[in-house]
Amino acid sequence: MVKLRPDLAIIADAVPATARVLDVGCGDGELMAALQGKGVDARGLEIDPDNVTAAIARGQSVVQGDANRDLADYPDDAFDYAILSQTLQTTERPDRVIDELLRIAPRAFVSFPNFAHWRVRLALLWNGRMPVTRLLPVAWYETPNIHHVTVSDFRDLVRMKGIAVERVWHLSGDRPASDAAASWRAEHAIFLIAR
Amino acid sequence: MASLLHDIRHQSVTINAPLPLDSGQVLPSVTIAYQSYGALDADRSNAVLICHALTGDQYVASDHPGTGKPGWWARMVGPGKPIDTDRFHVICANVLGSCMGTSGPATPDAATGAPLGMQFPVITITDMVRAQAMLLDHLGISRLHAVVGGSMGGMQTLAWAATYPDRLASALVIASAARHSAQNIAFHEVGRQAIMADPDWQNGQYYSSARPPTKGLAVARMAAHITYLSEAGLTEKFGRRLQARDIKSFGFDADFQIESYLRYQGLAFTDRFDANAYLYITRAMDYFDLADPHDGRLAGAFAGAKDVRFTLVSFDTDWLYPTSESRRVVQALQSVGAAASFVELSAPFGHDSFLLDVPALDRLVAGSLRAGLA
Repeated sequence: MVKLRPDLAIIADAVPATARVLDVGCGDGELMAALQGKGVDARGLEIDPDNVTAAIARGQSVVQGDANRDLADYPDDAFDYAILSQTLQTTERPDRVIDELLRIAPRAFVSFPNFAHWRVRLALLWNGRMPVTRLLPVAWYETPNIHHVTVSDFRDLVRMKGIAVERVWHLSGDRPASDAAASWRAEHAIFLIAR
Repeated sequence: MASLLHDIRHQSVTINAPLPLDSGQVLPSVTIAYQSYGALDADRSNAVLICHALTGDQYVASDHPGTGKPGWWARMVGPGKPIDTDRFHVICANVLGSCMGTSGPATPDAATGAPLGMQFPVITITDMVRAQAMLLDHLGISRLHAVVGGSMGGMQTLAWAATYPDRLASALVIASAARHSAQNIAFHEVGRQAIMADPDWQNGQYYSSARPPTKGLAVARMAAHITYLSEAGLTEKFGRRLQARDIKSFGFDADFQIESYLRYQGLAFTDRFDANAYLYITRAMDYFDLADPHDGRLAGAFAGAKDVRFTLVSFDTDWLYPTSESRRVVQALQSVGAAASFVELSAPFGHDSFLLDVPALDRLVAGSLRAGLA
């Protein structure tokens, strides 16, 4: 099996084996395949029909749909965990998507590229231009990332909403980054949040 | 022509047990014609039931005995194909009310020996499914690995999940819906009126005369055929091109290629289909609404089906059974917690896409049948 992206590997590791999981923006089902390998009942929501076809063709339960709209079709507490990896910053209203995630599941994994990483800050400070980095590879005019967010922004939002942060992982490159000065040093963050 | 159609011998079983119908009437016995492909496992766990569409038949992967044409889904069903008969025991039965060997309006009356015609009771999609379940009981198959169907076959597949949720592990529903819309009913009514307006219909008792209502049935088929294609597909295939002529005739011959094509399709259809069967089956489709017995709540139909794996597929150019109808089913399935997959595929052929060359559909069908296998 192909090695999982590091943030997905962390999530796959953290989900308990008997859980029911909805992977929102599941792509071609890479994470779901890893979760199913350990016995998790994993289902997916994905917007791109080619990805959906690929995931169904590998035997997974995936519905073509849009995280901005179609989460509303799932009943309350339909799952134990919802997963939103690298997708939050592409949604129309990230705050509402988080509300939906924590309606359909008591806990959610949310991962996103940290817009306050030092490379991003440097690009803005020195060049005065929207940064193009490894995790944000697309120019401003065509990027799907319409709501850039930083680790501190996300913490503020969940605090404001009264959402608990149960665990946080910071990544720099493919390696764990220390929590100290994560705002600068984390390229990428994964939050496990709970109602 | 109808007499030729009814002279074909089909493999069938007659089950001498009553079949209670949704209408309240009872068929005292039922004959079901079917084809099967591939070996049944010793533990009888690898059976896949394919449900055919309105004008389909049981010859899913073998030559049609009347027309000699290849099976209607031969591209999908066979050794090494997406529905792999090296792996699955595939069964396809002619639906109740049809004209390819299963009990229908052409079936002789037990007392008089004359075809029943309009004496045959009006049947529903769920009645078709009950007849299929009787066939499976007869064959000793208590549980299916999958039920698969497109269009009306998808309606039967959904009715299977609603009626016998413990008898199937997965359901594959292609280009279908859980109810017939006003537009669907309207098109069918045009077809039925064309048949019944043909003087040769004779109130359905045309079997012994030499005059079956071929004109009415051909018009019904022409109208329906348009609904199976997309506007873009029609334009690409025919445009405004003229048929075997350089100038318009200023008359009512088939000047345009599309006219000639439809006339041919309509006429060819009458060689292989019975007009009364067309009336009964379109009626069954019009009555179909899985939410109806549940106060309009579709989720109620699937309350017992949360352990069935569903896969639904729609096509972006299918305006007869549009994506919104598949989504409605998916929403109902999600609300009961059933494992549901859904994708809208892009294909240029309109509703007929499910029968044609759409490679993504092949991958989906193969994958959804593999899922859940040990």
